[in-house]
Amino acid sequence: MTTPIKRDKPWLMRTYSGHSSAKASNQLYRTNLSKGQTGLSVAFDLPTQTGYDSDHPLARGEVGKVGVPIGNIGDMEALFDQIPLGQMNTSMTINATAAWLLSLYVAVAERQGATPAQLQGTTQNDILKEYLSRGTYIFPPQPSVRLITDIIAYTVKNIPKWNPTNICSYHLQEAGATPTQELAYALSTAIAILDAVRDSGQIGAEGFEQVVGRISFFVNAGIRFIEETCKMRAFGEMWDHLTQERYGAQSEDMRRFRYGVQVNSLGLTEAQPENNVQRIVLEMLGITLSKKARARALQLPAWNEALGLPRPWDQQWALRMQQVLAFETDLLEYGDIFDGSPVIAAKVKALVDGATAEMARVQEQGGMVQAIESGYVKRQLVTSHTERMRAIERGDLKIVGLNCYRETEESPLTGGVDSGIMKVDPRAEREQIERLNAFRAQRNNAEVKAALATLAETARGGANIMPASILCAHAGVTTGEWSQTLRDIFGEYRAPTGIDIPANDDSRGAKAVAIRAEVTKTGEAVGRPLRLLIGKPGLDGHSNGAEQIAVKGRDVGFEIVYEGIRLTAEQIAKAALEEGVHLIGLSVLSGSHVEMVEDVFNQLDQVGLKHLPVVIGGIIPESDAKLLKERGISAVYTPKDIDMNGIMVDILNLIRKDHDLQPVAVE
Amino acid sequence: MIPTLPDPTALASAVSARDRIALARALNLLDDRRPAARECAAAFLDALPVEKLEAGSHLIGITGPPGAGKSSLTAALIQVWRQRGLKVAILAVDPSSPISGGALLGDRLRMHASGADREVFIRSLACRGEFGGLSAEVWPMSLAMLAAFDIVLVETVGVGQKEIDVSKMTDTTCFVAQPASGDSIQFLKAGIMEIPHVIVVNKEDIGMAARKTLSELKTTLGRRTDMDGWQAPALSASAALGSGIEALADALESHRNWLLERGQFIARRQRCQAEWLIKHLREEFGRYGINRLGGEEALFADLAHAPRRSPIAAYEDLRARVIPTP
Repeated sequence: MTTPIKRDKPWLMRTYSGHSSAKASNQLYRTNLSKGQTGLSVAFDLPTQTGYDSDHPLARGEVGKVGVPIGNIGDMEALFDQIPLGQMNTSMTINATAAWLLSLYVAVAERQGATPAQLQGTTQNDILKEYLSRGTYIFPPQPSVRLITDIIAYTVKNIPKWNPTNICSYHLQEAGATPTQELAYALSTAIAILDAVRDSGQIGAEGFEQVVGRISFFVNAGIRFIEETCKMRAFGEMWDHLTQERYGAQSEDMRRFRYGVQVNSLGLTEAQPENNVQRIVLEMLGITLSKKARARALQLPAWNEALGLPRPWDQQWALRMQQVLAFETDLLEYGDIFDGSPVIAAKVKALVDGATAEMARVQEQGGMVQAIESGYVKRQLVTSHTERMRAIERGDLKIVGLNCYRETEESPLTGGVDSGIMKVDPRAEREQIERLNAFRAQRNNAEVKAALATLAETARGGANIMPASILCAHAGVTTGEWSQTLRDIFGEYRAPTGIDIPANDDSRGAKAVAIRAEVTKTGEAVGRPLRLLIGKPGLDGHSNGAEQIAVKGRDVGFEIVYEGIRLTAEQIAKAALEEGVHLIGLSVLSGSHVEMVEDVFNQLDQVGLKHLPVVIGGIIPESDAKLLKERGISAVYTPKDIDMNGIMVDILNLIRKDHDLQPVAVE
Repeated sequence: MIPTLPDPTALASAVSARDRIALARALNLLDDRRPAARECAAAFLDALPVEKLEAGSHLIGITGPPGAGKSSLTAALIQVWRQRGLKVAILAVDPSSPISGGALLGDRLRMHASGADREVFIRSLACRGEFGGLSAEVWPMSLAMLAAFDIVLVETVGVGQKEIDVSKMTDTTCFVAQPASGDSIQFLKAGIMEIPHVIVVNKEDIGMAARKTLSELKTTLGRRTDMDGWQAPALSASAALGSGIEALADALESHRNWLLERGQFIARRQRCQAEWLIKHLREEFGRYGINRLGGEEALFADLAHAPRRSPIAAYEDLRARVIPTP
């Protein structure tokens, strides 16, 4: 008989999921756990993430779309029905309302009979990156940092196994960050947060090492998996150094770089989507191969994310990829296979040097918060992403199925009755509002009022926000009420868009010059320079597409009005009227495009702009595209449309058509 | 679908009845460079009611170096004015890209505080490097807005001495100074920059640096007055905290009252139009054009005292005198 081989314990396996309602998501979680998933990763819908109740006008069309709606403790109890929180490890992707969702979680655990000290899991709670990517921030940077700080201080004392903040480089990569920028900005964010906790005085010097040890990261892994391996080793080295030098952490354990991963979604394609399977597997290698820099927790996207919402079967496939790697291969039988490799060491050093230099630039500006407020960091990201997009357009950056090897057989995966994606039941929103009303009717309003008064007093004063929030959770306060109380005190914020970057070389190219000439000529023909309004209606904060179109439009001679994320249809129509634009481009990635378009058309009608051409970009399934065109949308663009010059010519010709001018062709 | 040219008289009465859709159309018309549209625009401006254009409203210019916080200060002022029941229109001038001619009109975002309020109207303009940091459309568009709103505010980015051009085309000019930057003080001292009517140091929340800049400005201003005899107050405020904004709004209003009390209000508006006409002529014809019409001084005196008429019609007349038709 041979001795069994000693294997490392595998990482936590999760699937980022949640949809429709707490009850439906609970069923999904229990199914996933029975399939061998070892932790939960909760996706909340956008109203929950941005602090609105399901019946708020801004929530229309968004309830239950990209995640589960959690409006009060009743929803939270239903979400974890028959899932003992004392034994679970739960990751919650929640930021601006993190203190609230964590409070609901603690309150439910208490009702289940678990103590806070038993709880294990993670709140994402990195609001700084929300200003740069993803966009679910609510408050200005200062009170946001205070909320992060309060959660850290509270959990270190009361929920010691909790990861209170997951500092994210994930979303920076999605917004276009290079590996160097990911390292630099994530670590600069960590500095801003740790400095704030230290300066808040909530944790004494003797306990500060515990704080350092609880900071974890959430990282992205792209397709260049050798470089990504090196990036993870660089993270580990830099974190070890930083925590020792800046914060005096002595214990090696407290200085360990702990991180979870969701592999890259940016590089997943709508064209030949089956190729995403091998992309996801290769990306997974980048954060598992090197034992020294291996992820603690991993969640994989589904192969069809660029098409729409994944179905349970798609998520199962993603989980099985992890299981095959962990249990079939020999990966977990070896020590670090890269130690001693000069190639890897050189690459790691180059990344560390580049990131160190960029971190110094951020510190020169006063730190990460200041560099975000001034728009510096966002401009760097928009610049990187613009370069990436142009490289794809030129064909220098090859993406199989998208800009090369495009010929394909018809895919049997996308041919079914559901076109290979999940549709959220349109009744979900109405039913959620009904549940919310029922909940409001049965609670003790005096208790709610008192709890909210305590919350307001705490927010105005300096005490930790968590106890007052847990009180609110038990009292039956809703997500919208908790958030509005803080909105009234902290105010709301709009982050810099970062699109004010210099024109790049492509805008001097022959094609751009030719388009520019036609844009100018058309402007003369219609009497004034051509204007585009780029609008992001609804709560979705994914702004890459809007930003790229804005920059490109400017570079080919359009005047661009772009007001950033989270506008109401009324605000979009108001801007279109006041600015006298010739065309509106909408961008929606949350799946609520049909409702948004309907609202925008209604509002345009009210200001006499029914005729105005409107185009839309986003993750829009073909059946919806057809529907939108029937309702009057002039053109629909999806991730497979990478020819930016072509889009500009299209837009120009739509404006020409609106003015009875013949279309032009630009070669 | 091409909107055909509107009936100028009907448009003017709709604008003065504060119809937002009509105002938007009027601004599009004033931006339209085709000859038929120019004629229509001239007729529209002539049809606007005289009262509003002579005394019934307040045209304010706000300028200052990039990063001084003009837009956030404007957003804060909008709130104060709205609380006082005033309706506010903004003309925000953004620079355009020297390479592409395209432009990112970003002030609207920075003033987003106005949300969906229908009594706040914001139009952005791209300044194409012409007209000294302004855009030639600012004056005619201001007139259209004055007919429909209580306060019209023109915001321009200023670098160095150019920024003050806006002061020649508004009733009251407010200069926003950057704390801890001595540039504006140097310009004032050297007489390169004309004295604005109100100076405000923004970001008083940063403390010491703002107080120091304010006291330096006060010293520099001393007892100097502008050509009308107005002595500019220097204030400090914080758009972030909302402090000092009421006082700023009061200071702007007291300059307007001062002009009205001394019977200089209408004269000033006429001077603004004269400045615009001459500037426009110089853009198109250079010194040659001005000399053809008798030189700047004589022309200005002439125009400042001419009977009121639309700037476009007046300009076309001057143009015809520079290039006589055979």
